Amino acid sequence: MKRSQTTPVLTVAATFVFAWLLTRTAWIEASLKWMFPDEISWLHTRADLASLTLEHLAIVAISSGLTVLVGVPLGIWVTRRSGRDFRQLVAASVDLGQTFPPVAVLALAMPVLGFGFKPTIVALFLYGLFPVVSGTIAGLDAVPATTLEAAKGMGMSPLQVLFRVELPLAARVIMAGIRTSVVINIGTATIGATIGTGGLGVPIIGGLATRNMAYVVEGALPAAVLAVLIDGLLGQVERGFAIPVSDVDTV
Amino acid sequence: MIHLQGVTKRYGDTLAVDELTLDVAEGEVCVLIGPSGCGKTTTLRMINRLITPTSGRIMINDRDASELKAEELRRSLGYAIQSVGLFPHLDVAANISVVPRLLGWDKPRMRDRARELLELVGLDPEQYMTKYPSQLSGGEAQRIGVARALAADPPVLLMDEPFGAVDPLNRERLQGEFARIQRELHKTVVFVTHDIDEAIRLADRIAIMRDGRLVQYDTPEAILDSPVDHFVRDFVGSDRALKRLVRVPVSDVMDTDPPVARRAATAEEMLAEVKRTRFVYLVDEDGRLTGWLDRAQLKGGCSVEDALSDADPHQVAVAPDASLKEALSRMLGLGFRSIAVVESGGRLVGQVTLGSVEGAMTDSDDHQGAPVAPELDSGDLA
Repeated sequence: MKRSQTTPVLTVAATFVFAWLLTRTAWIEASLKWMFPDEISWLHTRADLASLTLEHLAIVAISSGLTVLVGVPLGIWVTRRSGRDFRQLVAASVDLGQTFPPVAVLALAMPVLGFGFKPTIVALFLYGLFPVVSGTIAGLDAVPATTLEAAKGMGMSPLQVLFRVELPLAARVIMAGIRTSVVINIGTATIGATIGTGGLGVPIIGGLATRNMAYVVEGALPAAVLAVLIDGLLGQVERGFAIPVSDVDTV
Repeated sequence: MIHLQGVTKRYGDTLAVDELTLDVAEGEVCVLIGPSGCGKTTTLRMINRLITPTSGRIMINDRDASELKAEELRRSLGYAIQSVGLFPHLDVAANISVVPRLLGWDKPRMRDRARELLELVGLDPEQYMTKYPSQLSGGEAQRIGVARALAADPPVLLMDEPFGAVDPLNRERLQGEFARIQRELHKTVVFVTHDIDEAIRLADRIAIMRDGRLVQYDTPEAILDSPVDHFVRDFVGSDRALKRLVRVPVSDVMDTDPPVARRAATAEEMLAEVKRTRFVYLVDEDGRLTGWLDRAQLKGGCSVEDALSDADPHQVAVAPDASLKEALSRMLGLGFRSIAVVESGGRLVGQVTLGSVEGAMTDSDDHQGAPVAPELDSGDLA
């Protein structure tokens, strides 16, 4: 437990430094100017980087939130007796959700949901479902049958077995699935800018359209750093769910 | 207390349990035994309704088990299994408190109970309450499995090979402890095993099963003396005289006044304390066994150092709740004619001699002493 004590501090500190740097518009412009001296404009004009990042985070939070709200219960359901028959179907569907390119989902969803926020959320939600559902199934599957028998034999109801035994034991694997899903979403969310969703995709798409590499880097670099930071933060949460092992000193 | 009437479990075309009728009296240990696939575990699991019988009735304390809510029924029946099934995410105290928590006990009561039970199964509460299952040895985990089954003080215990997953030495010890605990608590126990020695040692009655049917249901003495058929005879084995020794705990036949001397500076001082036997046990101030002295060697001109042997209590002594068979095999293994009996703290409490083992064998041949279950009258079977 001691070993991981320093890492959360570092991760949180890095997050604050990153947030603070995002507000230093003059510095960012100067840096981009230094990297791309030939461009005529270095910062995308729609919004400043801090608000773009917040927008991006909102998109990720909403889509990943939906993914978790749907994915975890779905994974639980197909490991219950009532849903066991649907397990293959669900696994195949969420698998397809991930192999289907999000851009294609955007294209297909646009005629129905229009421009903006909604099609992007749908695309990201479907794309992120696979790691969450498969993580939940894998985590629950890994709970030893004898542990479940003991729980049942001692008089736990099915819900008590689920909440007191299965989910605590599966938590770490489920959390790993969620973490993967969120990190994928942070990168993928940039494509939402193609249909006007906003976020860090705005300078990237804008830069690609106008061949302005400074814009591309302005969006891509924070998106990448965001992914690394959130991966670190969720990694901390994941470690918090670890089952104590013998090297922990409890005396 | 537990009454099975015409209980049958059918899986497709196979009968796992076939019209089983069985009574377990209150405070008795009933051991279900038989070759694998005989239906013993299925029977056990039908009692707490982990398996639903195809037909027949199971009465527990005059109540039909099928009429109770399955969860409530199970909370009233302690359950210990071979794989233990401790919850790896909970510490020992929380593992023991699973059923009390389901029953809504308050925290201080659960803690006190967990402490009490750890002491009962011979583990130091201070050291073990906060440990996690991954930090326990196999024997410790099985002890905690038993403590957990006892947590809410259920009148009935169901045990499915609870000592099956540990090495023979630890199993001996756990059986001895279980016998001691049972003498204290008088639970009604249904115990599944495939180990006939374990059955003979722990049972008040043994139910021998084969192909889902009850072949013989009787006291261990009666099963050893008059097996109903070849199957039972073969199952029990040919060393029936030796198996009887399994029934007798060392504490029942030990000589509580062994030749003993305080460890002193010279052999003469030590020998002055006791005169009668060749060997003299040596103890420290707290009465703990530290070695023994061989008088014959001393007379033969050996120095005190040569005549004195240091004792490792685990090697050269047995516990009071060990079986006489274990004591005998230890004596034969060491080439001794007697062996020290030492409590868990290391204190010398007595000795067992080959003579006393012989005496116990003759006793049980005459059906005069069945020390563990004296209330069972097997005299008419002689």
